[in-house]
Amino acid sequence: MKTILELEDYKVYYKTLSGYVRAVDGVSFTIKKGEIVGLIGESGCGKSTLVMSLVIRKPPMILMGGKARLESIDLVNISEKERRKILLTKISIIPQYALDALPTIKKIKIFLKDIAKDKGVPEEEVLEKFMERARIIGLPSEVVNMYPIELSGGMRQRVVITLATIFSPDLLIADEPTSALDVTTQRHVLELLAELRDTGIIGSLIFVTHDIASVRQIADKIIVMYAGKVIEIGETEDIVTDPKHPYTRKLIEAVPKLGINYKKKRLSGLPGSPPSLLNPPPGCRFHPRCPLAMATCKTREPPLKPLNGSRLVACWLYDQSKGEQP
Amino acid sequence: MRGKDTIVLRDLTKIFSLGLLGRKKIIAVDRVNLEIRSGEILNILGESGSGKSTIAKMILRLLRPTKGEILFNNTNIWRMTKWKNIKEYYRRVQGVFQDPYSSFNPRRRILDILYDTLYNYFPEYREDKVSAKKYIAEALESVGLNISDIEGKYSHQLSGGQLQRASIARALLPKPSFIVADEPVSMVDASTRIDILNIFIDLKEELGVSPIIIGHDYSLAYYASDRIVVLYKGQIVEEGPPEVLEDPAHPYTKLLKESVPLIERKWSKRLEYRIGDIEVSRRGKGCIFADRCPFKKPICEQKEPPVINLGKSKVKCWLYASK
Repeated sequence: MKTILELEDYKVYYKTLSGYVRAVDGVSFTIKKGEIVGLIGESGCGKSTLVMSLVIRKPPMILMGGKARLESIDLVNISEKERRKILLTKISIIPQYALDALPTIKKIKIFLKDIAKDKGVPEEEVLEKFMERARIIGLPSEVVNMYPIELSGGMRQRVVITLATIFSPDLLIADEPTSALDVTTQRHVLELLAELRDTGIIGSLIFVTHDIASVRQIADKIIVMYAGKVIEIGETEDIVTDPKHPYTRKLIEAVPKLGINYKKKRLSGLPGSPPSLLNPPPGCRFHPRCPLAMATCKTREPPLKPLNGSRLVACWLYDQSKGEQP
Repeated sequence: MRGKDTIVLRDLTKIFSLGLLGRKKIIAVDRVNLEIRSGEILNILGESGSGKSTIAKMILRLLRPTKGEILFNNTNIWRMTKWKNIKEYYRRVQGVFQDPYSSFNPRRRILDILYDTLYNYFPEYREDKVSAKKYIAEALESVGLNISDIEGKYSHQLSGGQLQRASIARALLPKPSFIVADEPVSMVDASTRIDILNIFIDLKEELGVSPIIIGHDYSLAYYASDRIVVLYKGQIVEEGPPEVLEDPAHPYTKLLKESVPLIERKWSKRLEYRIGDIEVSRRGKGCIFADRCPFKKPICEQKEPPVINLGKSKVKCWLYASK
């Protein structure tokens, strides 16, 4: 399979008065054509920063190094003009709470005209494409003449999805696309995203969320982030049924299965809170919260290494020979 | 006193008027009947627009019902005239809210706010600062916090999970019988949600405080409850022990069960249900779920279904009415 996105030692920091916040600190992974990848982690782990930085880069966000390639395009050294050109056609994003960002008193039609102008495409063509997409997505054609304020949350999210996929991007990024929606609408939106991939409307999908149960439903692969680092990558089924990193394990244990009542079994969450990225702990960033932390973990950072098959884990537990202090 | 109190909701209704002349009516809560006993964890499960927060506000006596009544130990809380009695009700029924950052005044130290709550209900502590501090430390301990964790701090200096704990500790200070928690974990990280729910369970088991937890998460509701009430468009559609969520009777509860992403299973078949627009509530004469229900019969659109007792649970649906 062809590689769509390739990141290598990718770093994105925020410049603040007290120093650099190392939100994304040396991340490497690849995403293949046709893959749905779930990017998961707690709030503040850098997952949203990572995906936003691929699309837009505004101060105080600073790119500190590393490589990012979208097929043949170098996303690190891209010009502003070029970046605008690939937006929506090659790479597209559904930002968090995008449904609330639709201008409330602007008809969807006017919004489409703006897009057409920006892309230099005839208005009719954009309108036609929108209608065609809307039909697949299950939006009535009347929405083009409606104001976003007239639409329900689920409808607005579908408008956003239609807008984001109008030029059939090679890579679609969806940042918490379901968290603002009702449970019953969530399922429709998730199935829709998978369908867009199945029908080839979008190439690949990065699905950013903290909800591992949603990821399980549609993702082929899962990338787990903790405190600005990728700590585990694997096939969805492998990760859910046999998580290797102690953090991933805790994350999955903290999600109750249906049919567990407190009287039958007491569950426990993950104690402590994620470290400040202004001054992250030395060694493995998870060691202060890790129940299995060893001496090595406190001083040396574990690299992301292949474990078996397609699994990658950044944990000294699986690399003990090299983990010993020299 | 704890362990005997009851809250009874009788035909509780709240209608909001919208528009310039108040002509557009939204029925947020529709004739809800419910008996809340102390000594159990009640979980009210519903999506947005189901009226669950409106019920919470009415129980907390923050919002006056349009019709119906709320009885606390057989006294209608809106008929109370003496401030002393009203204050006693507020003391015994405390609230914890969704967003802990908006529960605390950001310009004041958290500990100062806790002292205020304590002095408000127990002014005698004003004279005895040492016992006051000891008492607050105890309340914080029961939610897994140390007084040193919050001493001198403002709300923005704590994490969401810590702050929600502090907000539960605040609710404990007046020694309540009930704590109404409106979506207490929806703003907390997935990895710490279970710990916050465990606090409510411990409060019931160890301190005898009865939590009324309001939420939308299916498996969390199953986990932290002794009794479940499923709410749809302001009406109770199903009620029973947590097991009803495993094998629901009402088509709406079935839809919820089908829709929730569960970590242990992958969705297989496609949903037969229509996408609902819960915000646009069209209300006919019949069942409120009729327009989305795949098991709809002619009677469902004509007549409101009765509440049917299925033994362990109750369901408001024509499918279970005896022929």
